[in-house]
Amino acid sequence: MEIKKLQTIVLGILKYCVLVFGAFVAIIPVLVCVFTAFKTDEEYQSTSPMTLPRNWTYFNNFVIAFKKANMLVGFRNTFLVLIVVLIFSIIMGTMIAYVLNRFVFRGNALIRNLFLFAALLPGIATQVTVYKIMYSLNLINTLPGYMLVMAGTDVISIYIFLQFFENLPVSLDESAILDGCTYFGVFFRILLPLLKPAIVTVTILKCVGIYNEYYMSNLYLQSKDLKTISTALFTFTGPYGSQYNYICAGVLITILPALIIFLIFQKQIYSGLTDGAVKG
Amino acid sequence: MNYTGNSNDITSKEQFNFVRWFKSGKVQKRLVICSFSFLPLLLLIVFTYLPFYKMIEFSFYNMKYTGPQEWVGLQNYVDVFQRDDCFKALKLSFYYMAASFVQLGIALFFASILSFKTKGGAFIKGAMFFPYLISGIAVGFIFKFFYARGFVLDSLLQAVGFHLDQLPYWIQDTSINNGSLAATSVWRYMGQNMVLFIGAIMSVDQTLYEAADIDGANKLQRFLYVMLPGIKNIVILNMILSITGSLSAFEPPYVITKGNMGTGTYFVIMNRIAYENQKVGLASAMAVVLLVIIILCAIAQKVFFNYLFTDADEKEALRAKKNRKKMLKAKVENTQGGQVRDGN
Repeated sequence: MEIKKLQTIVLGILKYCVLVFGAFVAIIPVLVCVFTAFKTDEEYQSTSPMTLPRNWTYFNNFVIAFKKANMLVGFRNTFLVLIVVLIFSIIMGTMIAYVLNRFVFRGNALIRNLFLFAALLPGIATQVTVYKIMYSLNLINTLPGYMLVMAGTDVISIYIFLQFFENLPVSLDESAILDGCTYFGVFFRILLPLLKPAIVTVTILKCVGIYNEYYMSNLYLQSKDLKTISTALFTFTGPYGSQYNYICAGVLITILPALIIFLIFQKQIYSGLTDGAVKG
Repeated sequence: MNYTGNSNDITSKEQFNFVRWFKSGKVQKRLVICSFSFLPLLLLIVFTYLPFYKMIEFSFYNMKYTGPQEWVGLQNYVDVFQRDDCFKALKLSFYYMAASFVQLGIALFFASILSFKTKGGAFIKGAMFFPYLISGIAVGFIFKFFYARGFVLDSLLQAVGFHLDQLPYWIQDTSINNGSLAATSVWRYMGQNMVLFIGAIMSVDQTLYEAADIDGANKLQRFLYVMLPGIKNIVILNMILSITGSLSAFEPPYVITKGNMGTGTYFVIMNRIAYENQKVGLASAMAVVLLVIIILCAIAQKVFFNYLFTDADEKEALRAKKNRKKMLKAKVENTQGGQVRDGN
């Protein structure tokens, strides 16, 4: 009995050591960035990255990073894209999912398979030719063009909505129709409000995806006032290549909104992620 | 015979009430189907299937974005496997694949601890998960700093007793730099895998764990015989996703090394070939090869799920569920049909 007790205690301590080590490894790369971002040029050059900054209120690096990378424009564009793409994705995703789930018609299976196959195509791979199409549509270097690509290549949200519709009983629609409701009415007045949890999931996944998206925004939004937050951050590969106190400040500026959202919506983010993954 | 039938239709149409006809189920149904699926399908075709078709077409040509095209047959595909940079990039994805299996192992380990009550568990879970929310470009910069000579990693290791001379150049040394880069993706995605695993473990019936405890199972046995069977589907799914994911690694190597020093992953090389060298045909062929690999993975996934991991009972239940749904749908159809007939 004594031995068993001892065993659990040792195991418990071991468990915590491992957990703390894991958390340490996860945090340390970002934490060092925080230290470095608050250091003056001279301090950055003379001290080890692991030492704490002398002055925690030295925000100059953040100001410089924010200005040099044109982050205000980046945030504005990313925010605009986020809003428009979200609205589009949610409206289109719920609509097509409603049609595919609730109606039996010729072509239903075909459309489902088309979307299924599209989900397999990795986004970056087809951009070689999407670029050509965008070019011929005159949509390169326009914000609406980028929004269109982002909304148009979104298959995951359709899947999440489809899956959610499976769990909404058809009897709901039937009784509404018997009461004289039209199909449009059924969709807008009855089903759409019930889809709220799925909409939250899609919103979370899309926000993460769009906020962090780099490849396509780099491809389609090349002019200076059309940069998104990722492409704005990328400008640090150039002239400030080794001024890590500026770079770290820039990185932290882009991380901060994500951190705030994460702290507020932690639960929803976890469950949204789990729901999104089960689509298979 | 046919003619009279038609004339009957006409007479019935003369009496028909447009509003009523419009409101009838069948017309409305068509209207809903068409209007709701028009835009998504249009976008799907324009931004997925048209490019897909063009991609296959271009892969047989030697061409740039503008200018003449020259038919070269299968030469581009031969090049994918013979050009040093392309084939190396394919081989390189094995590094990322190996890393992603390590990542799944670590994720499973932490998930199996954090699924049960642990003090400070929420904080640790959050700390491990948060890297997933950081953009690839930011991850690139963080680790460029992390691995830079004499900076974070080096000073950490010096703190535990290493000498700077003993330490390798994490990014420049071609024998280990791909390992370093693959580690960044472990750091970035481990927490996400872990959260998925925790979700799966939580959905396993909790009484099973209690029963195992009462029966005197130790932690390892509980893990092997109760937890693992309950979450095997999501483990397999993640394994297969990690194969496709390891082929699509892009941002960290793009930021940290720009694909130099033998660290060009498949997408980094493809990006270079497509936009810097403007070899659209070759890039398209690379995309097609990637797609074939991914389709093979997807088929493997289906096979796995169907033959290895669904037992007969589950299949039966699924089929019954499907049938019930079909019947329900048929019922809805019938009642609608009835309404239409009554209406006319």
